[in-house]
Amino acid sequence: MKTFPRGGIHPPSNKLSAGEPIKVLPLPASAVIPLSQHLGAPAVAQVAKGDKVVVGQLIASAGGFVSANVHSPVSGTVTAVEPVANGSGVKVMSVVIAVEGDEWLPTIDRSPNLVTDCRLEPSEIVAKIAEAGIVGMGGATFPTQVKLSPPPGKKAEVLIINGVECEPYLTSDHRIMLEHTSQVIVGVGLIARALGVEKTYIGVENNKPDAIEQLRKVVAEMVRALPHHIEVVPLKVRYPQGGEKQLIAAITGRAVPSMGLPIDVGCVVQNVGTALAVYEAVQKNKPLIERVVTLTGKDIPAPSNFLTRIGTPVSDLIKAAGGLPVDTQKVIGGGPMMGRAMSNIDAPVTKGTSGILVVGPKEASRCAETACIKCGKCVTVCPMALEPYLLSRLTQKQLWSEAEAGAIFDCIECGSCAYTCPARVPLLDWIRLGKTEVNKIIRTRLSC
Amino acid sequence: MMTLVYTVAALVVLGVVLAVVLYFVAQRFRVVEDPRIDQVESLLPGANCGACGYPGCRGMAEALVSDEDISALYCPVGGTATMKPIAEFLGKAAPEREPEVAVVRCAGSCALKPDGTTVRPRHSHYDGAPSCAIESATYAGDTGCSFGCLGKGDCVVVCAFDAIHINPQTGLPEVIDEKCTSCGKCVKACPKMIIELRRRGPKGRRVFVSCINKDKGAVTRKACEVGCIGCGKCVKVCEFEAITLENNLAYIDPVKCRLCRKCVAECPQNSIIEVGFPTKKPTQSVSQEGLS
Repeated sequence: MKTFPRGGIHPPSNKLSAGEPIKVLPLPASAVIPLSQHLGAPAVAQVAKGDKVVVGQLIASAGGFVSANVHSPVSGTVTAVEPVANGSGVKVMSVVIAVEGDEWLPTIDRSPNLVTDCRLEPSEIVAKIAEAGIVGMGGATFPTQVKLSPPPGKKAEVLIINGVECEPYLTSDHRIMLEHTSQVIVGVGLIARALGVEKTYIGVENNKPDAIEQLRKVVAEMVRALPHHIEVVPLKVRYPQGGEKQLIAAITGRAVPSMGLPIDVGCVVQNVGTALAVYEAVQKNKPLIERVVTLTGKDIPAPSNFLTRIGTPVSDLIKAAGGLPVDTQKVIGGGPMMGRAMSNIDAPVTKGTSGILVVGPKEASRCAETACIKCGKCVTVCPMALEPYLLSRLTQKQLWSEAEAGAIFDCIECGSCAYTCPARVPLLDWIRLGKTEVNKIIRTRLSC
Repeated sequence: MMTLVYTVAALVVLGVVLAVVLYFVAQRFRVVEDPRIDQVESLLPGANCGACGYPGCRGMAEALVSDEDISALYCPVGGTATMKPIAEFLGKAAPEREPEVAVVRCAGSCALKPDGTTVRPRHSHYDGAPSCAIESATYAGDTGCSFGCLGKGDCVVVCAFDAIHINPQTGLPEVIDEKCTSCGKCVKACPKMIIELRRRGPKGRRVFVSCINKDKGAVTRKACEVGCIGCGKCVKVCEFEAITLENNLAYIDPVKCRLCRKCVAECPQNSIIEVGFPTKKPTQSVSQEGLS
């Protein structure tokens, strides 16, 4: 069975909500929609205080080439366009909407019928995706239309659909693959058509045999309707297989060059959630206004997968899953490995929120740091073949040119090093800081 | 016996040849260095802190010797006491600058007061790597004030003069005036840009707003008892137009300020702090004791 060639760890999977069907979360009383839910330039607000909006209406348009449109996920009145604290307590420009009823734009097809037929040109598909404000739903939130428009001179040969979901606890992609299989497959077909690729792989880790079986069944059923060949590839369970570069290496054996992009080796990677969003945008005219969010944790009474409107406060999800346990230590936005602890649980769900993890005292405690004993475990598990102990030290000593020589910018911030460190050195914290500094230096050098 | 002679002879010939080669190489690649550079360097403090903008005292000495006009060159560590002899030695006009000191513009102590409340209560606990830069990149901070001091001591780490320390009670850094050389390293190290270089003032007396919170008044008041709420009372009471109000934050211009201290009495939040004045009444907050 395939997997990526180097490093990686095996954290306990704890997929508590894997068997929970996706439930629709009730509408919030008020929705906060940040204008920067994607990588790149923030979107520019197109509504003002007092405006009436309906579901699917454009409320902010892309603020540059690498940016994404934002649509209203609810109907109601705009009460403010102002900076609101996000999950990290940092104030970001947001549109606040008081919810009134649930009125949708009439152009959106809300019927459950599967629409497989698509006669749009590739450029029209990309335009529709851009219009719908779709971003990478795996968590990186890179605007999808940019990924689907390779720079001149580069051609995508292989499309890889990421159904790995290697983060422990998270199950939103798993449920999407099980419950919206046909839609995902049609979406994959649309992405493949937009890119003009011949070959598509769907990578799924083999701890989700039901998803692999279901995908294979639907692909076999729909084989005639599909414009090209789709292969479902089971992968050996190993974190961080869902990393773009790791997934490409696992499936195609190609290595993305340092500081390069997947397109440099002819690959484009998209998440299954993105494929579903593409289907809905192109075939149903539905912009990205809701997503599946896993709300989980060992002490949560009912770990669940919720179909949640963007802008719903995280606290609403926690309430719907049975409330916050008394001895909660941390609420993490994302998975336990790459997620970020939240200091404000009234922050909204955004396009990139794949899960919310509530952690009790046992798992949240970070043990005291001791001295590095140079055991080399971090070097062994690093999937990018870096030397985390050294890079973290170089950052502490602010030796930026040495850190650059150690390819610190190649770090994918998977956290395997910090997870495995027997001395509990917060390796990733330091490396992330060093990476930011070195990237700043590189950018300044390039702009000179 | 002959072996010995040959050996000695060979070594002597080799020595002579190499000496000649070295002589010509030395002539060809000779670096003529102004002897004054060494002398000027010996007059500089030798801290190699980089506060002057040069990589070390040697770099500064080279610049001092080579530049005609040295008015833009100044060693904040040595101050005028250092610059004057150097200028006299070089026969150039000595640069003049007001002596400065680093001031910490955050008085939001996280210590528990006797009544059980806190000036700036913490709402979360940060347990990542002990670095302000990392904490600041991770989130807005462990208190309601996203501008306030994080107290992890990045300023302490960079200080080469042992002049700044975190007070374990308040969690805020305190500057020792006598040790501070105003090199500005802590100013650069602070990710929240809380530390400012200000004039020491006559007899070390100065008045400044010890807050950089730009939130609206209501938000600030909720997060911190001594945060500037931008009410503008100090602006009105100031007779010398030394105080400006921008983005809900007052700033006292150290050049215009005449140290009348009317603003200190007027400030409803006690955000304005006076340092170095003879103590009449104990109005200063705990965090600033190290400054006075």
